[in-house]
Amino acid sequence: MRTWSGSRWALWAVAALAIAVSASVAITAEESGSKESKSKVATADTKPVAKKRVDFTTGSSDVLISFINEQIRQGWTDNEIEASEVAGDGEWVRRVYLDIVGHVPPMEEVEKFLADKDKAKRSKLIDTLLDDPGYVRHWTNVWANLMIGQDTPRRVSRKGMEKFLREAFTKNRPWNDVVMDIVSAEGHFEENGAVNFLLAQMVMPDDGVLATAKTTRLFLGMQVQCTQCHNHPFNDWQQRQFWEFNNFFRQLQREDHRKYDAKAGRMVDDYSELIRRDGVSDHVTYEKRNGLIEAAYPRYFGKDLIDEVAQKDKDGWDVNRREVLAKLMIDGEKPLAALAMVNRMWSQFFGYGITKPVDDMGPHNPPSHPDLLDRLGNEFVKSRYDVKQLIRWICNSEAYNLTSQASKVNEEKDNPAAGTTAMFSHVYLKSMSAEQLYDSLIVATNAHKSGRSSWEQAEDKKRVWLRQFVVAFGTDEGDESTTFNGSIPQALMMMNGDLVKDAISAQKGSFLNTILAEAPKDTDRIRRLYLTALGRAPSPKEAKGAQDLLRVNPDKLAAYQDMFWALLNSNEFIFIH
Amino acid sequence: MSFIPAGMTRRHFMRHMAASAATIPAIQFMQHLQVHAETLKKNQKACILMWMGGGPPTIDIWDLKPGSKNGGEFKPITAGGTQISEHMPKTAAQFDVLNVVRSMSTREADHGRGRYYMHTSFVPNPTVVHPTFGSVVSHELGSQRKELEIPSFVSIGGDPGSPGFLGMSNAAFVVNTQGRIQNADMGGMDAGRFRNRLAMLGTIEDSFIASKRGEAPQAHKDVYKKAIDLMTSKQMEAFKIDKEDPKTIDRYTNAGAPAGGMMRAGGEFGRGLLMARRLVEAGVPFVEVGMGGWDLHANVFNTLKNNNLPAMDTAISALVTDLKERSMIKDVVLVWMGEFGRTPRINQDVGRDHWAASWSNMIGGGNLKGGLGVGATDADGLTCETKPYLPGDIWATACHALGIPTTTVHTSKRGRPMKIANGGAPIPELIG
Repeated sequence: MRTWSGSRWALWAVAALAIAVSASVAITAEESGSKESKSKVATADTKPVAKKRVDFTTGSSDVLISFINEQIRQGWTDNEIEASEVAGDGEWVRRVYLDIVGHVPPMEEVEKFLADKDKAKRSKLIDTLLDDPGYVRHWTNVWANLMIGQDTPRRVSRKGMEKFLREAFTKNRPWNDVVMDIVSAEGHFEENGAVNFLLAQMVMPDDGVLATAKTTRLFLGMQVQCTQCHNHPFNDWQQRQFWEFNNFFRQLQREDHRKYDAKAGRMVDDYSELIRRDGVSDHVTYEKRNGLIEAAYPRYFGKDLIDEVAQKDKDGWDVNRREVLAKLMIDGEKPLAALAMVNRMWSQFFGYGITKPVDDMGPHNPPSHPDLLDRLGNEFVKSRYDVKQLIRWICNSEAYNLTSQASKVNEEKDNPAAGTTAMFSHVYLKSMSAEQLYDSLIVATNAHKSGRSSWEQAEDKKRVWLRQFVVAFGTDEGDESTTFNGSIPQALMMMNGDLVKDAISAQKGSFLNTILAEAPKDTDRIRRLYLTALGRAPSPKEAKGAQDLLRVNPDKLAAYQDMFWALLNSNEFIFIH
Repeated sequence: MSFIPAGMTRRHFMRHMAASAATIPAIQFMQHLQVHAETLKKNQKACILMWMGGGPPTIDIWDLKPGSKNGGEFKPITAGGTQISEHMPKTAAQFDVLNVVRSMSTREADHGRGRYYMHTSFVPNPTVVHPTFGSVVSHELGSQRKELEIPSFVSIGGDPGSPGFLGMSNAAFVVNTQGRIQNADMGGMDAGRFRNRLAMLGTIEDSFIASKRGEAPQAHKDVYKKAIDLMTSKQMEAFKIDKEDPKTIDRYTNAGAPAGGMMRAGGEFGRGLLMARRLVEAGVPFVEVGMGGWDLHANVFNTLKNNNLPAMDTAISALVTDLKERSMIKDVVLVWMGEFGRTPRINQDVGRDHWAASWSNMIGGGNLKGGLGVGATDADGLTCETKPYLPGDIWATACHALGIPTTTVHTSKRGRPMKIANGGAPIPELIG
């Protein structure tokens, strides 16, 4: 090969081809039990560990986890599906970091985890991550996007919304309290950030129709919006019920304040607030399809509330109807708000909920695992709506610990992207959100260590980048996280944008610079690049290909940059698997 | 084409690459470099939407009311078989191919709702995000144009909205009137190094695709291929209006005229239309060009006659002339609209407020009839006296001109059938 002369590119191409061809050979050899593999350390975390699933445990002793596992296994048995293997530690550690704290694990943490011999290391890591500041940041992002969208509407305060959520996740506030605050919120959009959820549903005048639809969808897991115009063709929802629900939102009014900007010499946006209109009629009217006009009074699943909404509050104003509604939403042993949250969180980790879509629950759309949903809902309420506990149950379950590689047996039968019911026999790929991508690039390149900026500063910088990304990224809430919905501008941003350019910079203090200084041997350097980007070591063939490249490349630094560029741009990087 | 070495043509470059046996894996990632037919198919259908952000006072532009208390300061002049504002003389001269639809009645007089309604033909609804019409055309025509390496829906300073249930592959590709596309060049990196990166990337991607993790990894690779196609495409030249003869640029922007008030903003619109013509020529089926400054709650007449109308008149007439000279006018349909019109009544600030009940759109080219004023409002401009038209009817007319069947039905993400242009029908007078 060395005698064959050509451009630097030509040799690269040969090396690349060699990697591609021999990678498949290597896998076959390993599967057939060949002893050829010379570097056992390097491969240990690249292929599934042959742990018997029957014995599998993350180390948690919570009895509910056994229940979850039994329920999921029952589904496999009933549908004659065989589950995939348990994920190797490298695959799993990357996944659990992305899912709980919203970024890839730092390289040192991957190595530490791989070397850890503790049998309970997975459950311990879950606990550690739940106490990490990244947990608060990640879940604040997730819920801010769910509540007000990735693209903040005008006159909605993302800062206010995030502040409210940050406090909620920092204190691990019971979810029913959060729902109560959001649904009944009133006031200034930064002083009471909870109002921003509703403000974001009020960008156009529509008599609270969007607010009604979005509240029931996000917090009750019910799709009622179709019944705005007609009775639902598939479920019990009647048109009247939509307007009965809408009745609770009729006091909503936004006040958008403006102020004079002396510098600009004109009026500019000041703050907005959500206020309650007084003296709103006790009924709303709507037009049926046959043209008749009907009246709808406030009612929650058959429970009449005319008397309740007729009350005055302590200040002598009409009572806040949304407060009446919120109390009912979280009332009882297994209210819809609890089931909706359990289902939503399940789908955050698995890519699919126990119903599909996740926010369309009801008799017309039975859950795939009804007993599981039921029990989780019950236990969630008993735990006093403890969100961290819910995450603990999900992440310690066997299903969450499986590999994302489908087997010959389950790839057809359990392929929800192609329309089958999700049976969780292997973990489905999820696309990183824009925030996960940003934070992962920061972590992967050590930028988080050098920065001493405050939360606010760091978030501001990130927002500038995200704004650019939002244009490039799908924002339709109806999209599944498991399909790739990237666009050309997004790919351009990854290939040529400043963030990745910075990430592969070789300047003093940069990630590459540090690696080159710290690790004198190329094998070690290559291994670190792979661990950082993909949470795994290179396969022996990948490592060899990379070394061949370095050998023929006159500019080693450039070769490392190109290698890292390719890793960060790859599908293996951008997916959570 | 910063990426092909200077002095080398694309074809030469390909041959150079192919000469080396070592390019085998590269071919997988570099298919975009295959030589495409140098000449693009002629007579491709396209639509240019001129979007008047803020809501234009069509009573002062297309549907004048001389003699009415609402009539304002301007007089009508002849344009084809109808009349338009005296401040649009150059456009009036192009009314052999343009038409005014005077009985638009669109009920949405809020900026957000109007923008959505006019772009999609549907009123906002919490159940579904409807695709903006550019995305519809991208979906219908873009997918058929295999030779097109740049996006099939481009927005130049417009406000197009979402592709909705048609997905991000049909989203507007947003550029400014300078034609600068973010992140589309590699900052002077040499070709060899870029290929190194792509080769390595391809290796990682392919091994992940082969690892049985569903269809998403392949979808990722497909999008990257499109992005690389775009970066290396000769068609990117279409975004560079400075390649035009300076005289042509002048014709669109009236740069020679004495600059007054907001003339610069008007020049931007002209630059946008010129870029639109270049894009359409390159095969892009839908281009939206925005012009702002129409929310004229005050001082409407001075603003119109000194700023907005001269700039718009220059730009539109230049575009039509240019399309005629290039024999493209029969294939390119032009649509002019905003969120809504403005109140016939003149307010105390000599302005006009939001009004959706009776206003005008302009449409022409694309082998539609020309010179017509379709529909009519009453003497004071307050109501439509003839059959009212909805945005769906305008877009159905555009569909007709583009050769997209108006019987087309899309399916929303929740499986609900959605008629193209919300079931609107082509306006009979225009299609003859």
